[in-house]
Amino acid sequence: MIGIENTSALANRAANKAALRRTRRVTGLSDRAIVWLFIAPTMLLLLAINIFPLIWAIRLSFTGLMANLPNPARFIGIDNYTDILTDEDVWEHFQATAHFVFSTIALQVLIGLGLALLINQKFRGHSFWTTVILLPMMLSPAVVGNFWTLLFQPQIGPFNYFIGFFTGAAPSSFTMIGSVDLAPWTIVMVNTWMWTPYVMLICLAGLRSIPDYIYEAAEVDRASALRQFWSITLPMVTPFLMLAVLFQAIQSFEMFDMVNLLTSGGPGSTTELVSITLKRAAFEKWETGYASALAVILFVTVFGAANVYVKVLNKVKQQ
Amino acid sequence: MVKMLPIAGLVAASVVAAAPFSAAHADGKSLTMCWAAWDPANALVELDKDFTKQTGIEMKHEFVPWTSYADHFINLLNSRSAECDLIIGDSQWIGGAAENKWYVKLNDFFDKNKISMDSFLPATVVGYAEWPKNTPNYWGLPAMADAVGWTYRKDWFAKPELRAEFKAKYNRELEPPKTWDELLEVSKFFTGKEIDGKKVYGSYIFTERGSEGITMGVTNAMYNYGFDYMDAKGEYRMTGIVNSDGAAKGMDVYKELFNCCQPQGLTNAYMQEGLDAFKSGEVAMQMNWYAFFPGLAKDPNVGGDKIGFFKNPAGPTGQFTQLGGQGLSVVAASKDVDDALLYVKWFAQPDVQQKWTDLGGASASKAVLLSDAYKASAPYAPSFVESMGIVKDFWAEPLYVPLLLDMQNRVHDYVVANKGTSKQALDSLVKDWIKVFKQEGKDPS
Repeated sequence: MIGIENTSALANRAANKAALRRTRRVTGLSDRAIVWLFIAPTMLLLLAINIFPLIWAIRLSFTGLMANLPNPARFIGIDNYTDILTDEDVWEHFQATAHFVFSTIALQVLIGLGLALLINQKFRGHSFWTTVILLPMMLSPAVVGNFWTLLFQPQIGPFNYFIGFFTGAAPSSFTMIGSVDLAPWTIVMVNTWMWTPYVMLICLAGLRSIPDYIYEAAEVDRASALRQFWSITLPMVTPFLMLAVLFQAIQSFEMFDMVNLLTSGGPGSTTELVSITLKRAAFEKWETGYASALAVILFVTVFGAANVYVKVLNKVKQQ
Repeated sequence: MVKMLPIAGLVAASVVAAAPFSAAHADGKSLTMCWAAWDPANALVELDKDFTKQTGIEMKHEFVPWTSYADHFINLLNSRSAECDLIIGDSQWIGGAAENKWYVKLNDFFDKNKISMDSFLPATVVGYAEWPKNTPNYWGLPAMADAVGWTYRKDWFAKPELRAEFKAKYNRELEPPKTWDELLEVSKFFTGKEIDGKKVYGSYIFTERGSEGITMGVTNAMYNYGFDYMDAKGEYRMTGIVNSDGAAKGMDVYKELFNCCQPQGLTNAYMQEGLDAFKSGEVAMQMNWYAFFPGLAKDPNVGGDKIGFFKNPAGPTGQFTQLGGQGLSVVAASKDVDDALLYVKWFAQPDVQQKWTDLGGASASKAVLLSDAYKASAPYAPSFVESMGIVKDFWAEPLYVPLLLDMQNRVHDYVVANKGTSKQALDSLVKDWIKVFKQEGKDPS
């Protein structure tokens, strides 16, 4: 028994010595080296999965590479960029994307803020309704695209029957996703349905962050409800709203799956968003160089716009 | 490695020539056959059981839905994957497959095994086996003959009150249309009628945008109004041919048919939507591939005496129809090229070709298709045989995908989305195609 205790003590001493040696080695590192030691893995990962592909895509954008052919990448200068920026079809797709992004955001902000104001009130079943409203954003965009396709089916889809019930129009007399006039609004409607709850959540966080005493002071000053909304609620929720707009603008700009399943960009190219054009060029036509150039243009557009927006957002926050 | 493939093919051909169809030597061996997931693929599974019985080589099958068929298998072939030993590949792939050496060239193998391309319908040999086209360079064996045809509701056409009304209106009998003008008339006549208590539409046509649908549909009108892919004299000269006045007129006719008589909502619809519309009694006539007609002929609701078939109607400049179907090829990257060639040899036998058709496939063998027995075997058979004699096919260039997607976009934009005029759409298409051919290193000027 004594023998075992002695052995254990010896082992502990040896372990302590080893730990001391390690500590000495580590203490030999400068603060800067320790900083690099900690951030190096993240930096390497970032370089491997973000920066390297970006640089590679920029390089490919100056070539005529087609990934499905064994031919090597041939340098063609800025031809891909010239082709894209002078192509009327691409500009139409940018217009379709802009229509989608602006309409979606406008509706999401209006409805999202309205819902947040309602949900912020204390009423019976408040938690239940909050959960119900949040349901759409919990679904996969692919699922949403598929089931709305069925809902919009003119012969059997309930949506046309619903509209027909209120307007008197025959359900099979119109088509939402097959009509040139209605299809752009249809994708806006479905995206709004899906992502408004997200905007509502952010607005709700903003509303809950406003201290009660501000409203109490306003009431003491006999400010009307409308006056309180314009002078207290809206200014204090605006930074949150702007954040929601930023997130949703980026999300809508890169929207692909839901719209692709719903309309495939049709009828014609009425609802072909730039993300769909990009996917077609890259993985259907296999025009890798051209697709890389389009991806770079999209990146610069989104990155530039987001940077400007963040600066404005910071100014608003300071105010 | 690629340069060695023809030699490997030759060696394999010699081995196969000497090998009997015996099970004794093939224990534990297997081959993977790749194709699309549809009715004829089920017939192939049945047929392949005979091959396994005779050779002992187990047949595995990889069938993928049509929507991902091209993407999936072209990616496999391009990456030199050995996942498929045999592939029933689309007719459009043949150019890329030959030039990129995805398939084993079969000329020497055919010579050694006395497999003659003369025993197959000429259009299927050009469409499914040859590259360059119209030259004796074979990369496949015609396997599944197919073309676009039409079905109609025979029982509706036979209704006395409808026949009388049609006669009074058009001063002729209500019969399956023989021209595109007649097709328009009959379609308009049926559209909006209430038959069996249901409002019906005149005709269903292909409108799908994402893959190949609307192109496979619109060409059936355009060919017959003067459209062609290039000038027969000048290689790849398309200006004035692709965008001729006749071609534009053909596109207009297709658009008119879409506007007047297509069921509401079918603006992005292909094979399955057509089958659904016809089976549910929504349309009087349906454009679709003959491959589906055996199933429709037996359908309990619309088959039997209720269904009739006719070939694609003629236009002012001729009568053609769109070629479908596929050829059987040996994948160059396969690790069992000799066994795969053994399968091709077995499949080419006349009795196997006959059984293939009996089971629900569609042989391209003259001995099978041109026999009186075949023509009498099914109500669609006579028009199918006639259709296979008037087929034309889309480009089969290595870069056929961008060519196809360009046409999809231009046609869908005009026909479904009312963008511009047919002439503008075809002018833009010529520009698109010239750009693609230049990428391929060909001079379309």
